[in-house]
Amino acid sequence: MAGAAGPAAGSGAAGGDGDDSLYPIAVLIDELRNEDVQLRLNSIKKLSTIALALGVERTRTELLPFLTDTIYDEDEVLLALAEQLGNFTGLVGGPDFAHCLLPPLESLATVEETVVRDKAVESLRQISQEHTPVALEAHFVPLVKRLASGDWFTSRTSACGLFSVCYPRASIAVKGEIKQYFRSLCSDDTPMVRRAAASKLGEFAKVLELDSVKSEIVPLFTNLASDEQDSVRLLAVEACVSIAQLLSQEDIEALVMPTLRQAAEDKSWRVRYMVADKFSELQKAVGPKITLNDLIPAFQNLLKDCEAEVRAAAAHKVKELCENLPIEGRETIIMNQILPYIKELVSDTNQHVKSALASVIMGLATILGKENTIEHLLPLFLAQLKDECPEVRLNIISNLDCVNEVIGIRQLSQSLLPAIVELAEDAKWRVRLAIIEYMPLLAGQLGVEFFDEKLNSLCMAWLVDHVYAIREAATSNLMKLVQKFGTEWAQNTIVPKVLVMANDPNYLHRMTTLFCINALSEACGQEITTKQMLPIVLKMAGDQVANVRFNVAKSLQKIGPILDTDALQVEVKPVLQKLGQDEDMDVKYFAQEAISAVAQRLRKLDFPVKDSEEPSAPGADKTHLPRPRGPGEDTGKAQRGRVAGVASKEAVATARFRGPGAAKVSPEQTLPLLSGPVLSKDPTYCPKGEQT
Amino acid sequence: MSSSSPPPPPPAGAASAAISAAEKVDGFTRKSVRKAQRQKRSQGSSQFRCQCNQPELHPLPQLKDATSNEQQELFCQKLQQCCILFDFMDSVSDLKSKEIKRATLNELVEYVSTNRGVIVESAYSDIVKMISANIFRTLPPSDNPDFDPEEDEPTLEASWPHIQLVYEFFLRFLESPDFQPSIAKRYIDQKFVQQLLELFDSEDPRERDFLKTVLHRIYGKFLGLRAFIRKQINNIFLRFIYETEHFNGVAELLEILGSIINGFALPLKAEHKQFLMKVLIPMHTAKGLALFHAQLAYCVVQFLEKDTTLTEPVIRGLLKFWPKTCSQKEVMFLGEIEEILDVIEPTQFKKIEEPLFKQISKCVSSSHFQVAERALYFWNNEYILSLIEENIDKILPIMFGSLYKISKEHWNPTIVALVYNVLKTLMEMNGKLFDDLTSSYKAERQREKKKELEREELWKKLEELKLKKALEKQNSAYNMHSILSNTNDELKKKPATSVG
Repeated sequence: MAGAAGPAAGSGAAGGDGDDSLYPIAVLIDELRNEDVQLRLNSIKKLSTIALALGVERTRTELLPFLTDTIYDEDEVLLALAEQLGNFTGLVGGPDFAHCLLPPLESLATVEETVVRDKAVESLRQISQEHTPVALEAHFVPLVKRLASGDWFTSRTSACGLFSVCYPRASIAVKGEIKQYFRSLCSDDTPMVRRAAASKLGEFAKVLELDSVKSEIVPLFTNLASDEQDSVRLLAVEACVSIAQLLSQEDIEALVMPTLRQAAEDKSWRVRYMVADKFSELQKAVGPKITLNDLIPAFQNLLKDCEAEVRAAAAHKVKELCENLPIEGRETIIMNQILPYIKELVSDTNQHVKSALASVIMGLATILGKENTIEHLLPLFLAQLKDECPEVRLNIISNLDCVNEVIGIRQLSQSLLPAIVELAEDAKWRVRLAIIEYMPLLAGQLGVEFFDEKLNSLCMAWLVDHVYAIREAATSNLMKLVQKFGTEWAQNTIVPKVLVMANDPNYLHRMTTLFCINALSEACGQEITTKQMLPIVLKMAGDQVANVRFNVAKSLQKIGPILDTDALQVEVKPVLQKLGQDEDMDVKYFAQEAISAVAQRLRKLDFPVKDSEEPSAPGADKTHLPRPRGPGEDTGKAQRGRVAGVASKEAVATARFRGPGAAKVSPEQTLPLLSGPVLSKDPTYCPKGEQT
Repeated sequence: MSSSSPPPPPPAGAASAAISAAEKVDGFTRKSVRKAQRQKRSQGSSQFRCQCNQPELHPLPQLKDATSNEQQELFCQKLQQCCILFDFMDSVSDLKSKEIKRATLNELVEYVSTNRGVIVESAYSDIVKMISANIFRTLPPSDNPDFDPEEDEPTLEASWPHIQLVYEFFLRFLESPDFQPSIAKRYIDQKFVQQLLELFDSEDPRERDFLKTVLHRIYGKFLGLRAFIRKQINNIFLRFIYETEHFNGVAELLEILGSIINGFALPLKAEHKQFLMKVLIPMHTAKGLALFHAQLAYCVVQFLEKDTTLTEPVIRGLLKFWPKTCSQKEVMFLGEIEEILDVIEPTQFKKIEEPLFKQISKCVSSSHFQVAERALYFWNNEYILSLIEENIDKILPIMFGSLYKISKEHWNPTIVALVYNVLKTLMEMNGKLFDDLTSSYKAERQREKKKELEREELWKKLEELKLKKALEKQNSAYNMHSILSNTNDELKKKPATSVG
C-alpha cells in the first residue's frame, strides 16, 4: 500500500502525544461495540474527531480496517458511516491516500438498505474527484467493475451511479471497458438494476463523446424505453431529456423522437404521466420545430388522457408550454391547438385536474393579450370562479394579479364577489383562511370604494370567527389593509368597530380587540393609538378574565414604542403597576415584562425613573416561568382541530396557516383545557378557570 | 428514496400537487370526506381510451344445441367473441352486448367443467388469448394516493361481472383433467406469468384471491416456470421493500410461497436461503407489515422447520430489524419469535439466547403495556419455559434487571401482576442465583451509572484532544510557513555569501 511508504506529516504529531494517542481508538472500539444503537451512532458521528486524534497514519492502518471489518450493523449506523467517509480524505492524508477509503465504502455500497447504499455512492462519487487519474484507474475503476459484476443486485445498482464520474478521466482502453459494463447493466436480469441504469443513463450520456452517444447510448435508451416493466420505461423518459440536449435536430428526429412518440402513447399511464410531468424539459430539449410537429399533438392527447393523473400533470404544464413556444406564431398555436383542449378541462370530471388547470390558466392572459383574454379566457375564469370545488376557485383568486395586469380586475368583479363571499363563509376554516390571505391583494386591485361596499363587512365578520386561526389571520389582514388604504380610512371604518368589541360579553372577542390593537397601532400611528386605542386597552386592565388582563399587559408592551413618553409615564405605567400586583401569577409576570420594557424605553428617552419604582428586571425573575397555557383564546372544535394538527403529519401545513404565534401551542398545553371540568365565573368559557 | 428507484408511483406524484392544494383547503376533514365519498367506488381499467365504435355483439347459438362437429368451431367463436371488452365505468352503454358476453362466459365455464374432451390442442391458443385479453390490463392509478389497506375500503374492479367469469373459466381450464401443460406451455409462458404477477397489485381483494389460486395451479403444473416465478416474486418483493413500499398482493404471494417452501427439497438450495435472508427477513421492515405478517411468519417458520440451522441467522435478522417506535409491529415480532421458539431446537436456542433475551428484556419493560404483556406471555408457554429452565444461568441475569425494575415501577397493574408471576417462576428455577442477583442489583445499577459518567468523560477528553490538534495544526502550519520563508531568505542570502 502506498500509505505505508512514506510517513505523512501529521503522524509524528500523533505519536508525540504519548498515552493520549492510544486512547481514542480504545474509546471508539468500546463505543462501537456498545449495545445501545444510539451510542454506536454517536461515536460514528464523531468519527472525524477520532481520526483527527489518531493522526492520518493510524487512521489508515487501524481505524479504516477496523471499520471495514465491522460493517454489520443497524442501517442507521451504516448511513452515518457512509456519510462520514465521504469527507474523510483530509483525515487519511489527502488525495494521495483517498483510495484507502474505498474498501469500507465498497462494502457499504452493497448493503440492502437503499438510503445507505445511496449515501455510499454519493461519498464514492465525491472521493472519486479527489483521486489522481492514475489512482482512479488503479483503485477506483476496479472497484466499479467489481460492483458492476457483483452477485447480488445491490452492488450492481450502486455501480450504475459511478460510471459517469470515472469515465471522463479514464484512458481510452478503460473507457471502452466502462461502456461495456454499463451496457450490460442496462440489460440486467433484475428490474431493480435496469431501473438504476435507466435513471443514470442521461447523466452518463452527458460525459460521453457525441459519437458514442449516438452509437451506444441511443440503442440502450431505445431498449430501456421498450422494457417490459413500466417502471423502467418511465425512467427512460427522463433520460430522453438529457440525450436530446446533446444531439442535433436531425439526430433527435431520427434517434429520439420515435421512442418519445411511443412513450407518449404508452399503454401504461405511469409512462404517459412521466411524459406529461417532464413536458417542459422535453420541449426545451427538442427545440421549437419538433415541438410544433410532434409535441403539441402529443400534449393534446395527454390533456384528454383517460387517466385523471395524466391530465392533471399535463394541465400543470399548460402555461410553461405556451410560454416556451416561439413568440412568432405563438398566439395562433395556442388559440387553435391548445385552447380548445383547455376549454374541455374546465369542466373536467376530476377536481384535481380542474384545480391543476386553475393554478396556471391565469398565466395565459399575459401571453395572449387583452383581446383574446376578454374573448376567450374570461369565460373560462368566470366558469372556474363558480366551480363547485373550493380549491379551483381559490387557485383562480390567488392568481388574479396576472389578469389584473392585462385586463384589470373589474371585468371579473361581478363573478368575483359571489365567489369570494362564498369562500369567506365556507364551512372549512382552511378555506376561509386561504381567502383571507388574498384579501389585501384583492383590496389593492378592487379599490377602496368597492372594498368598503362589498368586502369590509366580511373582514370584520372574520374577527369574531369561532376559529382562532381565522381571527388571528383577520387581525393581520386588517393591518395590511390599513397599510394599503391609509390611516384616515382606518380611523373611519375599522378602528371604531374593533374598539366596540372590547365590551363584548365573550372574552375571546375582547381579546381580539387587543390583538387588533397590537397589529394596527403601528400602521395607525401615534395619534390614533394614543387617543383612541390606549384608553380602551387601559380600561380592559380591569377585566375579570385573567387571560384578557395579561394580554393587556402584553399589548401595552407592544404599543409602548408608539406612545409618547407622557402617555407612558402618566397612563400606562400606573396600570401596569397595578397589574404587577395582580393575584394571577401570569398576569403579574407579563406585567413585569411590560414594565421593564417601558422603563427601558423611558430611560432611553432620558426620562428619569426612580429606582424604587422600577421593578426587578425579568432576568431576575427567571425562576418564574408562566405556567404552560395555550393562547387559550379558543373553544371546542377548532382548538381540537389545531391540536390534532400539531400531532399529525400535517403539522407543517397547519403551522403555516396558523401563523407563528399559534404554532407554539403544543398538545400538552391545550389538552387540559379541553378535558378538565372548568369552574369559571365568567359567563364565557374561561381557560383560566382553576384560577378564578 | 434513492435516485435510482423510480419516482413515486404517480398517484402520489400526480396527486401530490393536488393533495398539497387539497390540504390547503382542509387537511383535517379530507380523510373523512373522502371516506364518505368513496362508500362504493369502483374503478375501470386503464385501457379504455376512446374506443368509440364498439361492435355490437350478436348472440351465438348455444353450445349444447350444436352438433359435435360444430361444437369446436362454435367454442372458438365464443372465445373470440369474449375477447371484446366493454367499458364498465359507463354503466348504461352496451347493456345488451355486456349481457351477451356475460351469458357466453357463463356458458364457457360450464362447457369446460362439465364436458370431457373439449379442450383440444387447437383451442389452447384461443383460450389463452381470451384470458389475456380480459385480465391483462394496466392497473389504474389508485384514486386514493395514501390508501391505507387497513382502514380504507378498497376500490373494486368495475368490470368484475365479466372478469370474475374469465377467472372462473381460467381456473376450470387449468384444473380440467384434459388440461395438458405440455401444450399449454407454448402459450402460458414467462411473459404471461410476468403479466399475471403484475395483476397481484390489484386493489380488488376478490381478484387477488382468484390470482392466488391461478398462480398456485400454474406453479404446480408448469415445472419449467417455477424458477422464473420465484425469481419474479423475488423482484416484486425487493421492489416493495426497497423502492415503493406499495404492492397490494404481498399477502397472497406469501401465501403461495408458504406452500412452495413446504415442498422444497432438502438440503435447501443457496437460492432459497438467500431468499429467506435477503427478502423475507428485510420484509419485516415494511410499513404495512400488519397486512401480511401472518403469512410472512408462516413462511419463515416453514423455512426453520425445513432447516433448523437457519434459526440463528433468522433470529439475528429479526433482532436487527426490531421495530424501534412502532409498538404494534413489536407485538407482531414477539408473536413471530414465539412461533419460532415453538419449533426451535435446544441446541439452536443456546446460540441465540443471549441477544434474544436482551431484546425480550427490553420488551418486557416497554411502557406500552401490550408489548410488555405479549413478551411476558412467553412464560405461559410450556416449551419456552422448559428452554428457559435449561438455560436459567444465562437467562436470569439478563432478565433480572428489567423484571425487578418494572415490578416496582410499571404503571399498568396487569403487567406488574404478570411480572410477579414471572419472577416467582424464575426464582423457583434457581433460587440461589435469584438471591445473588437481588442482593447485587443495587451495586449493578451504580456501576452502570458510573460507566455512563466515564463515557461522558471520555468523549469530553476526546473533544479536547481535537481542539488541541486543531490548534497544533494551525501552529505547525504557521511554523512551516515561517520556516519556509526563512529558508528562502537564507537561500537568497547564501549565494551572495558564497560568492563573497
